[in-house]
Amino acid sequence: MRVLKQAESRGWSRWCSIHTLLSGMGHSVTVSLMLVSSASAQQPSQPASLGHYGIGTPLTEARLAPWNIDVAPDGLNLPAGQGTVAAGRTLYAAQCAACHGAQGEGGQGDRLVGGAGTLASAKPIRTVGSYWPYATTLYDYIRRAMPLYAPQSLSNDEVYAVSAYVLHLNGLWPEDKALDAGGLRSIQMPNRDGFVDDARPDVKPQASAAEAAAVVGSPR
Amino acid sequence: MQTGIAVSNSDIDEVDDSAATTAVQSSRRDFLRRGVAAGGLLAATATTGVYGSSAVTAHTTAATAVPDDADTPLEIPEWSRAPGAPTGGQPYGQPSAYEKKVIRHLRPNDKQYISSSTRTPIQELDGIITPNGLFYERHHGGVPEIDPAQHRLALHGLVDRPLLFTMDDLRRFPSESHIYFLECSGNPGYNVYGKTAAEANGLVSCAEWTGVPLRTVLAEAGVQAQAKWIVAEGADAAAMTRSIPIEKCLEDALLVYSQNGERLRPEQGYPLRLLLPGFEGNMSIKWLRRLHVTDRPAQSREETSKYTDPLPDGTARRFTFYMEAKSIITAPSGGQLVSKPGFNEIRGIAWSGHGKIVRVEVSVDDGKTWHEAQLQAPVLTRAITRFRYPWEWNGEATVIQSRATDETGYVQPTLEALVAVRGVNNTYHNNAITPWRVAANGEVTNARIKTG
Repeated sequence: MRVLKQAESRGWSRWCSIHTLLSGMGHSVTVSLMLVSSASAQQPSQPASLGHYGIGTPLTEARLAPWNIDVAPDGLNLPAGQGTVAAGRTLYAAQCAACHGAQGEGGQGDRLVGGAGTLASAKPIRTVGSYWPYATTLYDYIRRAMPLYAPQSLSNDEVYAVSAYVLHLNGLWPEDKALDAGGLRSIQMPNRDGFVDDARPDVKPQASAAEAAAVVGSPR
Repeated sequence: MQTGIAVSNSDIDEVDDSAATTAVQSSRRDFLRRGVAAGGLLAATATTGVYGSSAVTAHTTAATAVPDDADTPLEIPEWSRAPGAPTGGQPYGQPSAYEKKVIRHLRPNDKQYISSSTRTPIQELDGIITPNGLFYERHHGGVPEIDPAQHRLALHGLVDRPLLFTMDDLRRFPSESHIYFLECSGNPGYNVYGKTAAEANGLVSCAEWTGVPLRTVLAEAGVQAQAKWIVAEGADAAAMTRSIPIEKCLEDALLVYSQNGERLRPEQGYPLRLLLPGFEGNMSIKWLRRLHVTDRPAQSREETSKYTDPLPDGTARRFTFYMEAKSIITAPSGGQLVSKPGFNEIRGIAWSGHGKIVRVEVSVDDGKTWHEAQLQAPVLTRAITRFRYPWEWNGEATVIQSRATDETGYVQPTLEALVAVRGVNNTYHNNAITPWRVAANGEVTNARIKTG
């Protein structure tokens, strides 16, 4: 993507023409926008830390940190820390089993374990082990949203521990090894390559020639 | 028309219709109970509506109706003989007491109601705007009660100037209003046995949204050249997270603070939500607190394990953003009664995530012939469009249905055509035609539910 910004001449007036070509989406979109302040000529120039309208407050990394919790699929932004399968087993029994079942078999919450080899069957069973493409997503999701009634209550080490246990139940992490950021990055999930791009529209128009001929004119 | 499609419940879809059977049974009980109550209240529904809200209600009210023959002098009703309620008795106005049945449909047998949904009673509504209190809901971590003075939006990542915004900040930006529909990707699943239009297709609504274009706010921070996606995150207990392609963010994405003229309702993301016209509803992150500009998608739980579309070969489609063209007849529809043969206007709604609706066709003979319906202005991009067709019902049992065509030329398919490509476990983006059976006695039911 190229972002072309014409230098400001006076005040805030600024053209911004953006051409984007997103790889993997199969199509390109061109968007042009013009941002013009109605009081352009009279406005004082803004501090460099603010934009065209001078709205908003500069945001530092330190201030953002408690909210900056999304983990990229390559493990970027995983925190320091580690957790063992044993610690995860204890935590799981106390905080997760009531909804997800003692062995991850599911209940009020999703099934977490098993289902290998079922995705192409008439009754596919989609679990962390059989369906999820990235182990990093497990850490991200548990940290942000679990347990259901007390999200963001687990420490980073506890999230590693519960992640280790759920992965262990799926045969994807050994009993005797602590899980950390490097460990999560190293896991190749079984369904990593099980996803395809959106192929829609995937259905041809249904109107047959006979039907098309039978369409009567508008009552307008 | 075929009605024998085999379907199986999906354990992955929290918005599927796995509770449909029990929901239908409970709904019938609810209808019976409400029908009796309505009959005791008022006789007017039997004479004012072309379509009774249900056969049960219509029959019950008819039994207590005042005779309406030619020789009975018109009554001067009680409400004309005394002043009504004083002005100001309702600081925030409510619907008539006689409209209590017009409510969102909640399935009675969900596993829990923290991550669940309600459906808009589309069969009870007119026009293209969904009242805010009836807008469909899909929550993943309940409905938070957020103090707008404490709410913040963080914008960071591949930008020149990471910024934090208050609600006052966001309202200072140039403001725009647009009418767009919003639809859940699981509207419905591939179990298609909803008894009413709400149960069958009620995870769709339409509103006028007011806010600031996302591209305006992005320009304020200065998006860098390598930006390809924006990871949007909610402040709810699910910290709901979806990755949005950057070109959608620069095209028509809105940061919304008002809906239909008033501030967003809590259920719709108060005080701030993202609105992505034409995209599956869950991506329009509610209670929006953070926008992380990145060069790759987050592969969040919601875009990998949840809102992906499984195919018969075991693979699954990902990043299936657009809602394809769809229509549904809302009157007469399931649970209603066509009171008598002769003129009965068929009414319904159509919409497409790819732009404007250009045509809706209606069939009143079980799909043998199709007739072009009239589109009611306005016909707006990525908004609900009303259609109507003047039907002369001959009193015989039949099946009525509608199909929409959008400006790309795409024609709404049958369920059979979708299932042939996607199988029955695809879970999402079912935009199939909904057929309604009209019995000789006028009762309307979902034609996919076998009778006898």
